[in-house]
Amino acid sequence: MSADNPNPADQWVVISSRVRLARNLAGVPFPGWAKKPDRQKSLDIIRTAACALPEMRGAFVRSMDELTAMEKQLLVERHLISREHAAKTVGSGVVISASQVVSLMNNEEDHLRMQALMPGFCLQEVWQIIDRVDPELEEQLDYAFSPKLGYLTACPTNVGTGMRASTMVHLPALVLAEQINQIVQAVNKLGLAVRGLYGEGTEASGNLFQISNQTTLGERESDLIERLTKIVIQIIEREKNAREVLMERRPQMIHDQVGRAYGVLANACVQSSKEAMNLLSLVRLGLDLGLIRGLDPRRVDEMFLLTQPAHLQQHVNRKLSAEQRDIVRASLLRDMLKDVDRPKPLPLCLSDLSEGESDTGQNN
Amino acid sequence: MRCEICKTNEATVHFSQVTGDKVSKIDLCESCAKAKGLTDPNNITMLGDLLGDFAAGPPAEAESQRCPECGFTQANFKKQGRLGCAVCYETFETGLRPLLKAMHKGERHVGKSPRKARARVSPERLRELEKELALAIKEERFEHAAQLRDEIRALESKARLSAR
Repeated sequence: MSADNPNPADQWVVISSRVRLARNLAGVPFPGWAKKPDRQKSLDIIRTAACALPEMRGAFVRSMDELTAMEKQLLVERHLISREHAAKTVGSGVVISASQVVSLMNNEEDHLRMQALMPGFCLQEVWQIIDRVDPELEEQLDYAFSPKLGYLTACPTNVGTGMRASTMVHLPALVLAEQINQIVQAVNKLGLAVRGLYGEGTEASGNLFQISNQTTLGERESDLIERLTKIVIQIIEREKNAREVLMERRPQMIHDQVGRAYGVLANACVQSSKEAMNLLSLVRLGLDLGLIRGLDPRRVDEMFLLTQPAHLQQHVNRKLSAEQRDIVRASLLRDMLKDVDRPKPLPLCLSDLSEGESDTGQNN
Repeated sequence: MRCEICKTNEATVHFSQVTGDKVSKIDLCESCAKAKGLTDPNNITMLGDLLGDFAAGPPAEAESQRCPECGFTQANFKKQGRLGCAVCYETFETGLRPLLKAMHKGERHVGKSPRKARARVSPERLRELEKELALAIKEERFEHAAQLRDEIRALESKARLSAR
């Protein structure tokens, strides 16, 4: 990191950091193979241990069958449970700390999945939090562990540390510059996975990508986190660089994209969640680049979450159909922009027009 | 188009998986897709296993091997991509070893371990690791040797700590 680009600027690229650990109880079949009584047994044992943790004072503790579909979806949208876990019912559960930093899934794919999740680029911090919770739980629980293979997990892809460290990054310029595929491939080659907003198998909406370690066996947790951190720092640099290059060489395109995003969000009456995310991403970029002024970036970040289906329904406190949601979403977004001046287009310069917008930067 | 598993029903479920620049495709009928657990789009990572099944044709003997602890079979693993219990890792060790090798950076855990397991550090375990290390060096598997060396060091320091 150079002194010109202090850390707070990175927060605009790295949305959140998370570390999750997969653990299982010795002597109980993994959840996917366990019979109902065994699942209930592991749920009870783990929940008792979890509720006794100091971190879990005042925690949100529920069995999956006690939650409505909308409540489950709210937890998914906050990344507190996985989509797979939302599909679970009897015999599975959640324990979420009052601060929502630490959350435990009981009987997802493994008996226990624990995570620490915080906004911003703070992999070390979230690792330290979860690395405190893990041994505290271990005092009460008998983990399935082999000296050779480490923590034994239902899926061999997680065996060893059982750890997945990830960051959610916002990379609009790399997408606009069409460099994102190159980055994804390079990152994959380094043994990291790039996924969409809600993890495995999900699409990247809103130019948001989840970058995480792919392998879990043969490397220490601290080494995995260090490697991920280094690569994320490089990605941040690439994104910043792409922003600068686009502003210098293709200013008309950036102004156009940001202007269109503002135009649609400020005027649309029906807005799908996917489109809203993509447009919010461009508005966020416009704010970062100073093309849009008078809007708190945190408000845009809030809108990413608030315009998700379950949060939207919670906001108006009633169940909405998909069509109704699109209308309410559009109205909220119009509201967000109602006092924000429209981004100023680039001044018209006829001499530039004759050459067309060039990627060579010669017209600057 | 016929289902690639039962070869009778019409294939209505079509899966594609892109790995690097390779595209793998499989066409199944609804009931076979369901039987293979492929109705959930999150399970597409299993496509490789499925395609592998067809390419190699699993040996009948290995297929019927059963975990003494939980009754899980290798066939179950091929179907679900998940194991039945912790003991399955020993039961299916032979089949899992190449899989783990392909999936991960190393073949041995070098990360943290539960305190209870640390208390169980045995001299036999250390001797076993030292033997493995000697063999790895002899066979010029240096990456593995380095891992073993680290593990031995870690165990020794733990043993020292617990002796205090």
